[in-house]
Amino acid sequence: MSPVTTSRPRRRLVNLSNFPLFRGTSIAVLVGMYLPLLLVVFYSFNQNRLAQIWTGFSFKWYDFVFHNDDILRALKNSLIVAVVATILSTLLALGAALGMLRMARSGRVFAWGLLGAPLLIPEIVLAVGTLGFFLTIKVPLGHVALILAHTAFCIPFALLPIRARLAGLDAAPFEAATDLGANEWQILRRITLPLLAPGILAGALLAFAISLDDFITSFFIAGPGATTLPVYIFGMIRSNVTPAVNALSTLLLIFSATLLLAVYLLNRIRRSD
Amino acid sequence: MSKVRAPKSPGRPGQASSWLATPTLVFLILVILLPLLITVVYSFLSQPSLGTGVKWVFSTDAYRQIFVQEKLDGTTAFDTRYLKVLWNSFYYAGIATITTLLLGIPVAMWIATRPVRFRALLVLAVTLPFWTSVLIRTYAVRQILDETGPIGGFLKIIGVGNSYQILYTPWATIIGLTYTFIPFMILPVYASAERFDFRYAEAGYDLGAKRWTVLRRIVIPGIRPGIIAGIALVFIPGLGSFLQPDMLGGGKTNMIANVIANNFGQARNWPFGSALSVFLLIFTVLFVLMVTTGVRSRGDQVRLI
Repeated sequence: MSPVTTSRPRRRLVNLSNFPLFRGTSIAVLVGMYLPLLLVVFYSFNQNRLAQIWTGFSFKWYDFVFHNDDILRALKNSLIVAVVATILSTLLALGAALGMLRMARSGRVFAWGLLGAPLLIPEIVLAVGTLGFFLTIKVPLGHVALILAHTAFCIPFALLPIRARLAGLDAAPFEAATDLGANEWQILRRITLPLLAPGILAGALLAFAISLDDFITSFFIAGPGATTLPVYIFGMIRSNVTPAVNALSTLLLIFSATLLLAVYLLNRIRRSD
Repeated sequence: MSKVRAPKSPGRPGQASSWLATPTLVFLILVILLPLLITVVYSFLSQPSLGTGVKWVFSTDAYRQIFVQEKLDGTTAFDTRYLKVLWNSFYYAGIATITTLLLGIPVAMWIATRPVRFRALLVLAVTLPFWTSVLIRTYAVRQILDETGPIGGFLKIIGVGNSYQILYTPWATIIGLTYTFIPFMILPVYASAERFDFRYAEAGYDLGAKRWTVLRRIVIPGIRPGIIAGIALVFIPGLGSFLQPDMLGGGKTNMIANVIANNFGQARNWPFGSALSVFLLIFTVLFVLMVTTGVRSRGDQVRLI
């Protein structure tokens, strides 16, 4: 979903941008998108046990989060799953992106269907299907099952920036390498991978963010021993331990925002090349 | 075999042996395709009398249960409960699609007519929430809508807040869907609007068309691929939403995903949950095919992924 750039110069159109409703609606929508999130951040500093009645500034919910064993255990589970799923999905996405360039058309259509499936099929359908499948072939619920399931839906997200970068590659270094007698492996290692590096890193960051934030699949696949942070937060919200949820949510929001900003900066590298 | 090769066409830069894609495809067949197939299989099995899972005995009961209720005295009656859930899913996802469309087109158009530098920032601002957890965003909406939240507090101050209750109603679900899915509408519409040549709009003005006419007859058709992609990207995942109806609708306004989850959880009826899951899958595939093939025949380029 990276922004598309055009090189076509365009005059600013006074007429069309003057739609009074457009500007007002846009500002309202943008404010509306951030207001609920800012409120979560605001309430996270509220000392009151009732999150929504402000009685004074306090860091105590952050203190609570950092000293709660259950939360830390859930965080550890989330990180283990996210790190391994990120590595696996980025490698698999890279292989798919490179290999598909030379595939026959019918193979490519099939591959695209498989790769795109996690983006279009409702997550609940895949989650309960995976649950049934793992129980049938006797994969126990827990870390391994979670890693496999997360890797599957992270692949398309890791693939998008890799593919975008691949599409923008200049043919000259490849032609030069071929002319100088480099074999396929040398080209891959010395030219393709270094040129793709920012895309690979961006893909890995997106996969990491997606894995870390996942709720539905983890809810069904985690089993009792591998509860991830979002699953734990969902339980907290159900049992109404709200002020700590605000602090925890704030931390996750900051983390996701940082990851996305890193991806944004990596995409800018592409443009200045 | 490796004689001196004629300078063959260089192919696409970066291309490598197509075997490199094999592990990925095998993995996805195992972890995406087989689970979908097993869901279909499960939907034709029967419920064990004890515990979770399935009994490996063929049965079409799961599909019958969607429409027919078995009474305790052995008689059967036409059951509208699950049809209502299906209807709810379409209805809520549909209203959310219309709302995101009405809000998203102005935003996308406005961003597309800003100066280039400012545009990149605005796109980032729209994308940022898209990458944050749906769980946290839904929770944030819940906090806004709660009767003790800011809206309720404000209404109480001006003295009309006593009957305020929007959380745990269908409207809360719809607001939550609109909130979480609006980036899916804005981004593809923006991608089209950004490529749209606004000189056509200018030409329309020069020929004396009013603003509304230009918008309706020139601009909207010009960004149609983005609008269609946006509708698909909001409606299709919206149909399978779980968290928004669960956390905002309070379980009273179930959508199909909630019933599926319940049957794989407390209700312990996996064949029935699988049958509903197959229904949802079929609807999804039908919509994707409708969008991709229907649009191709009109000559538009719509990219869903």
